[in-house]
Amino acid sequence: MSLTGERDTHADGTVVLDDGDPLVIGGETFGSRLIMGTGGAPSLDVLDEALAASGTELTTVAMRRLDPASRGSVLDVLRERGVRVLPNTAGCFTAGEAVLTARLAREALGTPWVKLEVISDERTLLPDPIETFDAAERLVADGFVVLPYIGDDPALARRLEQAGCAAVMPLGSPIGSGLGIRNPHSIELIVEAAGVPVILDAGIGTASDAALAMELGCDAVLLASAVTRAHRPGLMAAAMRRAVVAGRMARLAGRIPRRRYAEASSPAITPDHA
Amino acid sequence: MRVTINGTARELPAGTTVAQAVRALTPAATGVAVALNDEVVRRSAWDSTTLGEDDRVEVLTAVQGG
Repeated sequence: MSLTGERDTHADGTVVLDDGDPLVIGGETFGSRLIMGTGGAPSLDVLDEALAASGTELTTVAMRRLDPASRGSVLDVLRERGVRVLPNTAGCFTAGEAVLTARLAREALGTPWVKLEVISDERTLLPDPIETFDAAERLVADGFVVLPYIGDDPALARRLEQAGCAAVMPLGSPIGSGLGIRNPHSIELIVEAAGVPVILDAGIGTASDAALAMELGCDAVLLASAVTRAHRPGLMAAAMRRAVVAGRMARLAGRIPRRRYAEASSPAITPDHA
Repeated sequence: MRVTINGTARELPAGTTVAQAVRALTPAATGVAVALNDEVVRRSAWDSTTLGEDDRVEVLTAVQGG
């Protein structure tokens, strides 16, 4: 495995990890550890530019009532980019709604993968742990590859893994808030105990948040608003791509321990009169 | 007969199928799924499934989100 050196840097300065460090979810392999959402983009053209710049290979969509008046489809954009689609259950408040939405997504999109999202209220959009767990058990039993969006709760993460989920997706902070990772310690605890990929989902505001998620040991980052609502979405997508790679490399490299006082990095000067 | 499609009440002739109801909304052949009274109707069953009085039909597709 080579994570440093010439193989990792293209002539244009683009940094990529080689095949020695893939992300594996539910038996599927991904070269990129940045999962994108498609919500919030002002147009499909802007979305397309951002997806290309992000290098993502897996991207979420929502399921909604068909609008006969709408022109163009996010599915066309993903298909042309060769990006795999991950339907979510956004907007669901109960396990029953989420299970039905997942089944409709499987029928419409031909994928058993689902980002399970069951929210408790419109103001915070925080995930409801009881409904989420209920839905996860039912979807796993029905053959779905379930990626549940949860709070930064190590106990719930463990229970969902035991229930057969293919990954766990703890939040950094509320959806769209851009508040970053409010409880890094809990994320570390989830990572330490997890036997499935941990995907930091929600709350990312800027590149350093995404890098931190990876430094804490997360296997991937899912973000949307930070890119789609940025002043320049394409540029932010490129920044996120590099932040996720940098954070991953730093995690694998192993950071130095924090110290209370200085440790000189230059040799000590030997006084002439010694 | 009276049927609700995506939240809108419609008057449809008796014997209307799920396939006909979907085609009235979209010509799309893929990327669409149907729930009839909160149960998924597989695409292979659209032609053979007829709607009844007071049925609730949801026709969904993927949109930007998440």
